[in-house]
Amino acid sequence: MINFLKVAAFSLFVIAGFWGFSNWGIPQIKPEPPPVEAKLDLGSMTMEQFVALGGKIYNGKGTCTLCHNAMGRAPMLDKVATISADRLKDARYKGTAKTVEEYLLESLVKPSAFVVSGFGKSGTNDTESPMPDVSGGGIGLNESELKSVIAYLQDSSGGEVTVEIPKMESAAADSGGAAKAEEAVLKTPEAIVAKHACGACHVIGNQAGTIGPSLAKIGATYKKDYLRQAIIDPDAVVAKGYAPGMMPKTYGEQLKAAELEMLVNYLAGLKK
Amino acid sequence: MLTRNIRIICGAFVLAVSAALMSPMIVHSADTPAQAAAATAPAAPATKDAKAPPSDAKAPSAETKTALFPPAPKLKAEDYPTIAGVNARVAVWLIAQLHLWFGAFVVAVPMFVFMIEAIGMATRDKRYDNMAYEFIKVTITAYSLTAILGGLLCFSLVLFYPHLFNYLSLIFKESMFAYALLFFAESAVLYIYYYGWHWLQGGNKKWVHLTLGLLLNAVGLQLMFLANAWTTFMMSPAAVDASGVFNGDTWAAIHNYLWNPINIHRVVANVAYGGSIVGAYAAFKFLSARKQEERAHYDWMGYNANFIAIAALLPLPFAGYYLTAEIYAYSQQMGITLMGGVFAWLFIIQAVLIGALFLSANYYLWCGMGRSEGAHRYNPRIKYIAIVLVGAFLVWFTPHTLVLTNSELKGLGGPYHKYLGALGIMPAKNTAVNFLIVFTFLSFLFYRRANKIATVSWAAAGNAAQIALFTAGLINITILGVYYGYFTNTVYKVAASVPQVLTTLVIIIISTVIDAFMYRGAKEVAPLRWGRMPDRSQYALFLLAVSFTWLMGLMGYVRSGIRQHWHVSNIFRDSSPDAFTPGLGYAASVVSVGTILFMAMVIFVFWLSTISGRHPTVKGYWKEQAA
Repeated sequence: MINFLKVAAFSLFVIAGFWGFSNWGIPQIKPEPPPVEAKLDLGSMTMEQFVALGGKIYNGKGTCTLCHNAMGRAPMLDKVATISADRLKDARYKGTAKTVEEYLLESLVKPSAFVVSGFGKSGTNDTESPMPDVSGGGIGLNESELKSVIAYLQDSSGGEVTVEIPKMESAAADSGGAAKAEEAVLKTPEAIVAKHACGACHVIGNQAGTIGPSLAKIGATYKKDYLRQAIIDPDAVVAKGYAPGMMPKTYGEQLKAAELEMLVNYLAGLKK
Repeated sequence: MLTRNIRIICGAFVLAVSAALMSPMIVHSADTPAQAAAATAPAAPATKDAKAPPSDAKAPSAETKTALFPPAPKLKAEDYPTIAGVNARVAVWLIAQLHLWFGAFVVAVPMFVFMIEAIGMATRDKRYDNMAYEFIKVTITAYSLTAILGGLLCFSLVLFYPHLFNYLSLIFKESMFAYALLFFAESAVLYIYYYGWHWLQGGNKKWVHLTLGLLLNAVGLQLMFLANAWTTFMMSPAAVDASGVFNGDTWAAIHNYLWNPINIHRVVANVAYGGSIVGAYAAFKFLSARKQEERAHYDWMGYNANFIAIAALLPLPFAGYYLTAEIYAYSQQMGITLMGGVFAWLFIIQAVLIGALFLSANYYLWCGMGRSEGAHRYNPRIKYIAIVLVGAFLVWFTPHTLVLTNSELKGLGGPYHKYLGALGIMPAKNTAVNFLIVFTFLSFLFYRRANKIATVSWAAAGNAAQIALFTAGLINITILGVYYGYFTNTVYKVAASVPQVLTTLVIIIISTVIDAFMYRGAKEVAPLRWGRMPDRSQYALFLLAVSFTWLMGLMGYVRSGIRQHWHVSNIFRDSSPDAFTPGLGYAASVVSVGTILFMAMVIFVFWLSTISGRHPTVKGYWKEQAA
């Protein structure tokens, strides 16, 4: 009996050790809830807001940055709009697109139409792309979301935004979670700065963080495009003297389109 | 005599192969190779256009297919029954995990029982036969518990997830029927194998018994492969279109993209797991033994169980790597969710658990060197092996990104440590794992030769060759890890893993061959005293069993978790209130509760096998005795 108790106590001790380490030895990251559909009023949206919506989907629901990042899993898209015309003329192109906008849509829903050299599925000699059709399966972007991503890609890669905002009263778009869908849009840029604790790392308002560059006069140096990109893709361009990877890359997903634009406008106005 | 034995072996082989082929014959299969190829294609994440019509002219039209097989249901939260306030997900999770633990055990044990019985037959050493019998005796009770838990799992799925169960049943009805028939076959063969053990002894009878062992394994593996098909279909569905309409080819649905990678991984893992559980049994009996002969017997049994566990543990990381690579190949998104998202930290917990497995297995081997005075000459070297093992464990355990407060982040200058951050990437971890495996093998090599002195004339040259092999191999593993890890593009960082694995395998295989020839006819240095083991060594065997159980539970969570909010990936959405992925702490709590329940049941099984061997004489109770 004594051996039974010893063995039981030892087993419990080991299990408690693993349980304790899993609860307190590592960070407890709460996974995002499943995406839910929320209504967006596209009718009253400006093109800038539509592009911002595309950026949010690109960094969030679309899961594009899982692969299209500096890790090299998939080609970078920072020049995609400017080089699309060359791809349409490439002998390896198998699609039917005639314009850059059509090509970008095709690359989202039929990615094997053109596979960038070195990024095909192994063993296919770059004839088959590992990228899924983002309009189906687990990603499931609808037409409005696809168009907003195309607008974002055109805008962020220095091309002309040719996409038209869908003429519908409302369209479904991902809100990033049930809790977020119910959460009201923040009313002031100060509230956004406070909520996301920008001052913990940056000089902004009456806060004086020193980990990141000062934002006190950021509007005097950079335009809105740069600021928008710096928020949703902070490692795209890193300020001199600062290491990449320090700023969270989740703001594109956390901020609502209206909040992102409010914050960009606020930062662009910080000139004195 | 020889001809007769050959005939019996051939007969056994034919029977086993027939059993293995039974399931594909029962289930529907593709009519033509072209249809089979189309049907085997993964459904949703593949790059092919999922909405494209089937190319085969014989394939039923979309309307006919939809009439025969409906699309995957689109459910709402209220479609999931609630019963007496029970959390459906936790209930099914626990029951499924308990069933899987016992299932893994009862599928694995007959594999090495068969081999041990065959060794006993070949060497005519009765000890092997006795040990094989004792292992299968433990399995009998565990088998009942597996069946009970399997029934409970089926009921709980029907009650809590009726729409999912109905959808899967429509696709897998033939294979589910085959599963039930195979379960009868498994029961029949197992009972004849166990209860006929003493009856079928000697001469041809023993061959018949061994044949039953082979059949038992063939049927058991078939059962596991079928159940794996249902599980992997939920991860990588095949033979269905984008809306979940089944095309009628059950074999294609079974033979989905991740079926074989999971089959391979589970076979290897089950053997290691089975070895660890019977090791715990031997440890329990060793600690409870009152006589020296009993201690010697269970010490020997524990050694063999640990050997089985280590032998399967060594290739297990490779099987796991292959499975992960196939998950990436199937769906890059699923692969990144597995390794780079919320589950990234899970692999730090996994490192702790696998570290515990390797350290406990090695510690047991080192304690075992105390069985003979001849082993003392190797003792000074053990500390160096221990240092390497702990070092490799620490590298594996090092996270890439640190979670820090603002002040800590400021102090460190970033989320990566200046020096330790470099150890957090995969090439460093792959290098560490290969070191763990090679040095564990070295521990085993020392143990194996501890009590012997080679007498062959080329012993010195053989030793030199082995030293050269280990040295060159370890240098190669290090160079591969460093070059691919730090001097190439990110996309090539994991390219080192395959040559590293091959290097490790070359070291193990060539070294084993050299050792086998070199120690043929070796003389013993001192007698090997079975039973001369400290009690603490037996707790290492328990640590092995508990760690393995917990690890299996954790990996079950991530395997299921990478489907995220889908019952069947990208086809059948989970709309239940529990559709969210639970956090690691929560999952650890469920796994811990499951492990406690499982270990309680296992100790109950051990206790049953102990009391079944007791035959006390009660005086004056029976009429004959009173007279």
